[in-house]
Amino acid sequence: MEILGQLLNTTLVFSTALIFAALGGIFSERSGVVNIGLEGLMMFGAFAAAVGGYYAQDAGMGDWAPWIGVLCAMVVGVLGALIHAVASITFKADQTISGTVINFLAAGSTLYVVKLIFEGAGETPLLDGFNKVAIPGLSKIPVIGEGIFNSYPTTYLAIILVIVIYFVLFKTPFGLRLRSVGEHPSAADTLGVNVNRMRYIGVMLSGLLAGIGGATITLTTTGTFAHNTVSGQGFIAIAAMIFGKWNPLGAFGAAVFFGLSQAIRNYVQLFEWSKDIPQEFIFMIPYVLTIIVLVSAVGRSSAPKALGEPYDPSKR
Amino acid sequence: MSKLRKIFATDSYIVPLVAIVMGFLVGAIVMLVGGYDPIAAYSALFKRVFGSPYDFGEAIREMTPLMFTGLAVAFAFRSGMFNIGADGQVLIGMTAASVVGIKFAGALPNFVLVPLAVIIAGVCGGLWAGIAGYLKAKRGINEVITTIMLNWVALFLSNYIVRSFLLLQGQNRSEDIPASLSMTFLNSVFDNARLHWGTAIALAAAVFFYVYLWKTKQGYEMRAVGLNPHAAEYAGMNVGRNVIKAMFISGVFAGLAGAGEVLGVFHYQSVFAASPGYGFDGIAVALLGLTHPLGVILAAILYGTLTYGSAGMSFGADVPPELIRIVIGSIIFFIAAQGIVRWVLKPFYFKRKKEKVL
Repeated sequence: MEILGQLLNTTLVFSTALIFAALGGIFSERSGVVNIGLEGLMMFGAFAAAVGGYYAQDAGMGDWAPWIGVLCAMVVGVLGALIHAVASITFKADQTISGTVINFLAAGSTLYVVKLIFEGAGETPLLDGFNKVAIPGLSKIPVIGEGIFNSYPTTYLAIILVIVIYFVLFKTPFGLRLRSVGEHPSAADTLGVNVNRMRYIGVMLSGLLAGIGGATITLTTTGTFAHNTVSGQGFIAIAAMIFGKWNPLGAFGAAVFFGLSQAIRNYVQLFEWSKDIPQEFIFMIPYVLTIIVLVSAVGRSSAPKALGEPYDPSKR
Repeated sequence: MSKLRKIFATDSYIVPLVAIVMGFLVGAIVMLVGGYDPIAAYSALFKRVFGSPYDFGEAIREMTPLMFTGLAVAFAFRSGMFNIGADGQVLIGMTAASVVGIKFAGALPNFVLVPLAVIIAGVCGGLWAGIAGYLKAKRGINEVITTIMLNWVALFLSNYIVRSFLLLQGQNRSEDIPASLSMTFLNSVFDNARLHWGTAIALAAAVFFYVYLWKTKQGYEMRAVGLNPHAAEYAGMNVGRNVIKAMFISGVFAGLAGAGEVLGVFHYQSVFAASPGYGFDGIAVALLGLTHPLGVILAAILYGTLTYGSAGMSFGADVPPELIRIVIGSIIFFIAAQGIVRWVLKPFYFKRKKEKVL
């Protein structure tokens, strides 16, 4: 039973970054802007959290230092996303291309600045990062207490955000406008919704959330930022978003699924019987399982209708 | 000839050229802000590439897989798909070439073995991409998600095959591969740079790309499906079959890149800790080349020059080589957001029009 709780806990640690980034992807894509740049936005966030957190820690801010890191990640994430927004919304660039640009700029500029600040080192100094917070009372429940209610603050934040964003997207006028702009921009325009402004908001929110996602990695898992800190998790977040059908609850489920399979990979090696299975096959499980689940259950995924099209008012 | 004139008569070549210049400018500004000397850095970059026959040959070596993966991504793009999975297809191609190159080495003469290894690498890369195409065609599953997943599966699968069947005792790599694509006759000219036939195959692949897509009925169908699958279906084309075929061909290009790397460059296959990243470079190259085969080849040359030269930048001017990613990213940015470039060019165009009136 104890191992089950630990497994759940590790699952949530791995999932948290994916949840944030996938939520970010949802905001952007629901507004009609493809965001293949999540990977880069996460890099921006991970980098800003590492640098900001380091200076805050250096200034003796103690427990608040990681939060300063998160704040920096949010700012830098939004700025990174702004490049994507300007190119793809204002200048009507191909959204896939401008997302790829974000990935490139992030990979280049973050390491460039790290080397500049830390005199040629390819990695930021090790941070203390967040500590796990046990919620009084709830953390005493067997399995779930150990698994859920003794997590990093970012994990709690992610779970709360899933619910909040679900509510915002589907129960508020703002959410309706954001979705309408992604489904049928010209109809939304006729009804007085400022299409480009909504899309700017969507893309910038995606930068904010993906930035926090990246920050989560440095502040809870690695403690530093290097070239391989994010290593493809942005793309996994995109997969989680599509897997979850552009719905916050679905994306949450998918992100937890990816987190679980990553965690299983760590725990399965504790068992004797796993020695007979080549490790590569264990590593493969999450990815093969995703494809199998997609084939058997989810079926045709329904992307927002106007996804990928710049809005041109002169076209019908 | 008239077509050639048309290309150069329009401003289609001006925008990329200006974008490249602007990309270099952005890089220079970033260097100035960081306290580096951009002129020293850029001259170190080009000196590294063109300074010696060896380095020039190695730069060509660097360009070759970029040509292949760029073509792979571009081909899928033209057929309306986004192949993020070139990375995995390269790995599968590598592994197939290694297996054939090692296991059949004694049984077959070299002039059969090498082409066989190359062909099987291409076919395996194609089949690997074909999985994503099949799932898209038959099940409507987004190819972005399947190709991302297949990248990881390919990484682990090829590591498993290398570790279990091809391992060199005590090393984290395969045995040496006897089959070789190297152009050994050029060794004296290029000072033993690792040039190989893959480069020639890549150029041939670009020609195939052009002829197939623009000169055959099948290619016409593929482009039609890429532009508007509903219209294509209405016109009686089999969209699903075209999707699978396009992904297959795209994967063949990527698989050939893998064959070139193991048979021509390394002559063994490593156990990779993480994805080697060929496919992601391919996305950049395809976009830089405006998904046209000629553009892709030129883009691969540019990209290869910059990445190979960036090492010289860090030795010669102490600039972190990551800077080059900023330059490349900016170039793609300016090509994508052509509005910005046209806005920069506006004064010049305005002048020209005035002259015409006079």
